[in-house]
Amino acid sequence: MSAFLTKRLLYTVVILLAASLLIFSLYAWTPGDFISGNIKLTPERKAELREIYGLNKPVLERYATWMKHAFHGDLGYSLAQQKPVLTLFNEYIWNSFLLAAVSTFFTWLIAVVIGVVAAYKQYSWFDTLVMVVIFGAMSLPSFFIGLFLIKILAVDWKLLPPGGMLTTGSNATGIAYFREVVRHMTLPVVVMTLLGIGSLTRYIRGNLIDVLKQDYIRTARAKGLKERKVLFKHALRNALLPAITLVGFELPSLFGGSLIIEKIFNWPGIGQLYMQSFGLRDYPLLMGFTVLIAILTVIGTLLSDILYRVADPRVRLQ
Amino acid sequence: MRDLLTIENLRTHFFAPEGTIKAVDGVSLRVREGETVCIVGESGCGKSITALSVMGLAAGSSGKVVGGRIEFDGRNLLELDKNELRTLRGHEIAMIFQEPMSSLNPVLPVGEQIMEPLIEHLKLGKKAARARAIELIAQVGIARPEQIANAYPHELSGGMLQRIMIAAAISCSPKLLIADEPTTALDVTIQAQILDMLRRFKAESNMSILLITHDLGVVAEMADYVVVMYAGKVVEEGEVTELFSHPKHPYTKGLLRSKPILNHRQDELYAIPGQVPNPLELTVSCYFHDRCGQCMDVCRSREPRLREAGERHRVACWLYEEAVAYV
Repeated sequence: MSAFLTKRLLYTVVILLAASLLIFSLYAWTPGDFISGNIKLTPERKAELREIYGLNKPVLERYATWMKHAFHGDLGYSLAQQKPVLTLFNEYIWNSFLLAAVSTFFTWLIAVVIGVVAAYKQYSWFDTLVMVVIFGAMSLPSFFIGLFLIKILAVDWKLLPPGGMLTTGSNATGIAYFREVVRHMTLPVVVMTLLGIGSLTRYIRGNLIDVLKQDYIRTARAKGLKERKVLFKHALRNALLPAITLVGFELPSLFGGSLIIEKIFNWPGIGQLYMQSFGLRDYPLLMGFTVLIAILTVIGTLLSDILYRVADPRVRLQ
Repeated sequence: MRDLLTIENLRTHFFAPEGTIKAVDGVSLRVREGETVCIVGESGCGKSITALSVMGLAAGSSGKVVGGRIEFDGRNLLELDKNELRTLRGHEIAMIFQEPMSSLNPVLPVGEQIMEPLIEHLKLGKKAARARAIELIAQVGIARPEQIANAYPHELSGGMLQRIMIAAAISCSPKLLIADEPTTALDVTIQAQILDMLRRFKAESNMSILLITHDLGVVAEMADYVVVMYAGKVVEEGEVTELFSHPKHPYTKGLLRSKPILNHRQDELYAIPGQVPNPLELTVSCYFHDRCGQCMDVCRSREPRLREAGERHRVACWLYEEAVAYV
C-alpha cells in the first residue's frame, strides 16, 4: 500500500506540473489581456501597465514567476478585485460548497434508493415511470428548469425567495440566519439534485440489474436469506463498487461551483466569480481557480483508488 | 424408505417474446429419504430448472411454475408463501451450484458466507456461528480453517470454493441437498474428492441428494436412482444398475455409448447425431425423433407416455408401446 501511495503521489506531482503549464499557456495565448479590455486607457498607459504587471514578458518567464510564488502558497493578487486570490476563494468557495454538498448528498441518497427499487422491480410500472421522469429531468436544460421553478414557486406562489443567499438588507444571526440561508438554497439545491439524479439513478439501476443476475445472488437466495439481506448486503455492495470512481469525480465539482445555477439564482459562489474574471482576463484568479480544480481532480482520483482498495478485496492484494 | 420429495407433473415455462419455452414440461420424480437421485441430460434439457423450481428460484421476470405439485416432507412447496419457502431454503433443502468461482460473493469473506444460514435459520449468535463455520470448513477437508474463514473467494481455488459451498449447504443439516453439476467446473482429481465428501455426509446424516449432471461417470458413482431428461420431459428412469445394464430408450443408449471407457481406445467416440431441438419449435411428437436411429412414423406425430418397463424402470418410447401395433 505504501509503495502504491508513493508511486501515485509522484505521478500526481508530475501531472499537476504539466497541467499548470498547460493551463497557464492557454490563458496566456488567448488573445487579449486584462489591460486591453479597458478602452479608457491610452496606448502609452497600457504599455506602462503591462510593464508594471509583467504582462509583456515571455510566457515561460511569467509561468516560472507564478510557479515560484505558488510553491510558497501565494496564488497572487486578483487584478480586478484587488484582493489576494486565496482570500477571494475563501469568501466564495464555501458558498458554492454548501450548495454542492447538500445537493450531492440528496442526489446520491435519492439515486441509490430509486435505483435500487427500479432495478429490483425491473420493467414494473414504477420502473417505467421513474425512467420516463428521469429522462425528462435530464433532458431539461438547467436554465429552463431553474427559471421555471423561480416563476412558479418564487414569483407566483411566493413560497421561496427567487435568488441570493440572504434577504437584501438582512442582518439575521444564529438560528434566524441559518433558516434564511436554508430557504434561499432550497430552489438551487432542488434544481441541482433534479439534474444530477438522472444519470446516477440509471447508473445504479444498471449496475444492480447486472449484479442481481450473478450466481452469488442466487446462492444467497438459496441459503434462505431475507430479500432485504440479499439486496442490501449481497447485491448493493457489489453494485456500488464501480460508483467509487464517480465519488472521485465529485470532489472537484463540490468546490468548483456551478456557472449556470449560481448565475440564475444569484448565488454568491465561486462559479459566478470565475465567469466574471474570465471576461476580465483576471489571470491570477483564473489560474488559481483552474489549478485548484486540477489539484482536486487529481486528489479525487487518488482518493477513489484508495477507496477501491478498501472496498474491494480483489483489488486490495494486487 | 419414506418419500422425501415428490414432484408430480411439474411444468415450468418461460415466456419469451418469441413464444413460450416449456423448459420443464410434465416432469415427475421422487426422492426417498437417504437416497441419491440423479437427473441426467444434455444442456438445456430442463434439469437445472427442475431443481430451481423445487427451491422456488426458477420464477424470475420471465419464468413461472405453471402447474404440478412439489411435495417436500408432507408440504406442497408450490402452495407455501414466499416467507415459508424461504425458511425451508438453506435449512431443510440446500443447494450447491456448478460454478463455485462465481457462486460466492466476491466482497465477503467465505467464513461469513457460511455463517449466514446458521444465523438466519438456527438463530446462532455471531460468535457461535463463526465457531461453527470454522468447524464446517475443517469438516470439508480444508486445512487452516481459521485463516481460510477470513479469505475472500478470489484467494481460493475452485475446488476449495466448492468445499466452502458444501460447508454452507450442509451447515443446517438439510434433509435434501440439491447439487447442480457440482463437479463440472472442477478438474478430475478434485471431482472425485468432492463426490466422496458428498457421499460421506449423506451416509453420516441420512441426507437425500438430488444430483444433476450430464456426466454418466458421476451417475455411476453416486446414484441410487436415475432420471433421464430430454427437452423438458423424463424419457426414462430406473435404478442405476438396471438402467446401466438394460437401457431402453434410444437416447439413454446413445448417452451410454458416448461415454469414454478407460483403457478402451476407440478411433472415434460415439456421439448422438444432431442437436437438442429448439424449444420454441416443438410439436406433438417424441422430441427425440429426429436424432433417433429407430424412428418410426408414430414418433413424429404422437407423444409417447412414460410406462413401466420393468421393476422400478419406466421409459417413454414408442418402441415399447403395444399400441404401436395398432397405429
